[in-house]
Amino acid sequence: MTKAMTGAKMVVQALIDQGVDTVFGYPGGAVLPIYDEIFQQNSIKHVLVRHEQGAVHAAEGYARSTGKPGVALVTSGPGATNAVTGLTDALMDSIPIVVLTGQVPTFMIGSDAFQECDTVGITRPCTKHNWLVKETDKLSSVLHEAFHIATSGRPGPVVIDIPKDVQFATGEYTEARQVETHYNPQVKGDMAIITELAIAMETAKRPLFYTGGGVINSGPAASQLLRELVAATGFPITSTLMGLGCYPASGENWLGMLGMHGLYEANMAMHDCDLMINIGARFDDRITGRLDAFSPGSTKAHIDIDASSINKVIKVDIPILGDVAHVLEDLLNVWKSRGRKTDKESVQKWWHEINDWRKVDCLKFEQKGKVIKPQYALSRLEELTKKHDRYICTEVGQHQMWAAQYLGFEDPNRWMTSGGLGTMGYGFPASIGVQMGHPDALVINVAGEASWLMNMQELGTAMQYNLPVKQFILNNERLGMVRQWQELLHGERYSSSWSESLPDFVKLAEAFGAKGIICSDPADLDDAIMEMLNHDGPVLFDCLVEKHENCFPMIPSGKPHNEMLLGENADTANAIQAGGAVMV
Amino acid sequence: MSPLKIKKGSTSHSAYDLRPTFSDKEERHTLAVLVENEPGVLSRVIGLFAGRGYNIDSLTVAEVDHLGHRSRITIVTSGTPQIIVQIKAQLGRIVDVHEVNDLTVEGPSVERELALFKVTGTGNDRIEAIRLADIFRASVVDSTLESFVFEITGTPEKIDAFAELMRPLGLEEIARTGVAALSRGAVA
Ligand SMILES: Cc1ncc(C[n+]2csc(CCOP(=O)(O)OP(=O)(O)O)c2C)c(N)n1
Ligand SMILES: [Mg+2]
Repeated sequence: MTKAMTGAKMVVQALIDQGVDTVFGYPGGAVLPIYDEIFQQNSIKHVLVRHEQGAVHAAEGYARSTGKPGVALVTSGPGATNAVTGLTDALMDSIPIVVLTGQVPTFMIGSDAFQECDTVGITRPCTKHNWLVKETDKLSSVLHEAFHIATSGRPGPVVIDIPKDVQFATGEYTEARQVETHYNPQVKGDMAIITELAIAMETAKRPLFYTGGGVINSGPAASQLLRELVAATGFPITSTLMGLGCYPASGENWLGMLGMHGLYEANMAMHDCDLMINIGARFDDRITGRLDAFSPGSTKAHIDIDASSINKVIKVDIPILGDVAHVLEDLLNVWKSRGRKTDKESVQKWWHEINDWRKVDCLKFEQKGKVIKPQYALSRLEELTKKHDRYICTEVGQHQMWAAQYLGFEDPNRWMTSGGLGTMGYGFPASIGVQMGHPDALVINVAGEASWLMNMQELGTAMQYNLPVKQFILNNERLGMVRQWQELLHGERYSSSWSESLPDFVKLAEAFGAKGIICSDPADLDDAIMEMLNHDGPVLFDCLVEKHENCFPMIPSGKPHNEMLLGENADTANAIQAGGAVMV
Repeated sequence: MSPLKIKKGSTSHSAYDLRPTFSDKEERHTLAVLVENEPGVLSRVIGLFAGRGYNIDSLTVAEVDHLGHRSRITIVTSGTPQIIVQIKAQLGRIVDVHEVNDLTVEGPSVERELALFKVTGTGNDRIEAIRLADIFRASVVDSTLESFVFEITGTPEKIDAFAELMRPLGLEEIARTGVAALSRGAVA
């Protein structure tokens, strides 16, 4: 049965039908009819952000932490263009979000009307799909299809551009179950190739699981199956930045994160393994380092739901197209039914090698003197919060890498970071989205002072909705990661990598009515963190840390995994040569 | 202490030396892409090629099934085999794309292109132009005392060849449609 209603009402109805409980948005002329409908209902909470970029990152944080699609609503023109960074971020990290944009009325499109922009044109390359809906009758089916596309296959952001006259006009509302779609990505892997992988696992002498964000996107079952597979085979496992939490950091077989700032043992294992089982990762350049020296002796299997990720940069021997959970289930069954075989003796030897690498203890640091080391700050944060129901967001920079190294993630969906795009300003709004999805949880954003300032206006949002997000700023008064590269690569010429004229963060917090804490002495750190945790409300924690600390281990650009720079005494003088310098 | 020494037993060979590789020779492929006839779909396809740096040698598009809302985009592209595989996978990822067929590898196919040639001249050149047009089975679709417009269909190579011959005979302008292609035989 169909029902007649206005386009604006359809928007709200479709969101309710899709199970949406929270929308992050910012009003303007071209979305007023929708805001009017939001005003007249109680099913959906609207969170007024302070900038549209914040709305999209909040939707991302909500989506990544709940496993449900995030929704943002913005006006035409500047509202839509402000959303572009968030859309690109979500595309790169495969985060399912639905962004609704207002548009000038259909009869004014193309006339350079006030606040007109070609939203579908601008967002075409930064969305998984987008629509300009010109007829109210089609609006509800597009809305339903949008949720389907955002969440199925490789997830991603979608945009629906809705002209104002379409919002006002009346049309027929179509229920979700009446909508036909041809978009139906393959989730089951090819059994023959899955069997090939099972056979390879039986004889592998130096096997390694290399997991990524795809495991988390596939849903909780995928992480569960992965844990079962790791336990049953006894193989070591590492993960990309995006995959942290799919296997518990406390798990026996965990090698830690791999990649440019990954752990020594993880990267060495990648380089020397003879069977690499890539599960939902994409051979990103932060992972592979120099391509022609990437894990030269291994047979490579790759499980991915996106055919274009397979053989894109690294040629794989066992390509499996499918959803991680589906494929892992079949893989486990096949491997078990063939007798649960592994080459135990060789794998044991492999573990001995790995354990030798572990002895390098690549994350060791010494907290001495009166200045807080960022590594120490995060170790203490870990110690004092790991028992909590905890979600961590980050900004982008050194602090992000340290957070990945020094915090432990036991479960999927607990770690929100901008991996693919590396968007400074992501973490604070994302933490707001996470807290909306998990009102009683402890939500911490590990930030750098420079990144945090990029979306600091959202402190207003946190206050308005009483969201007790903890902003843990590792303040080195530097664009630390930029400074580190300048040190390694540009002759220590620190061009514009100071954070000058920084605000007094405590006063800044207080100006918004929030709590500010400053800490500079390692001896005070625990108490200060406890004070942050015990405060029921948003906290801005200004943790003054060592200004010139570099983030290690580091695989310099253009280098293979086994030429990693380690710790304090690393010979960094000629670490990056001309060939690598051109890379980012 | 670092950069670290390369570990015993590990190899510094190129990853690609150790396994069968894709060749790095450029190939020309004709792709038939069946798409939903939606506004913006052509832009998605072209944007993909531009954004990822793939070549478009020729591109044609038209609706082929009005009721079913389908258009067919025929793209001639060139790249290494690995790039061609990427292009197909990337095209397949576009939500509005229903099918991607690589006519170059999926069995024999026919390719045709239509072109219009404006040739001006008098005297012997004019006579030679019409004689060659006859050999190429081009037909005259417009004529004045000092000009012809020829219509020619054939493979892109045939049209190239005709263009070369017409050039010294007063070739003024060419309009080409780009390639349309279908697989041979009974099966679609
Ligand atoms: C929007 C944006 N602009 C620029 C960059 C480049 N960039 C990467 S890290 C970084 C410095 C970040 O400084 P801060 O937030 O203080 O973190 P730190 O590295 O000091 O921990 C910059 C400028 C970026 N990633 N994102
Ligand atoms: Mg900083």
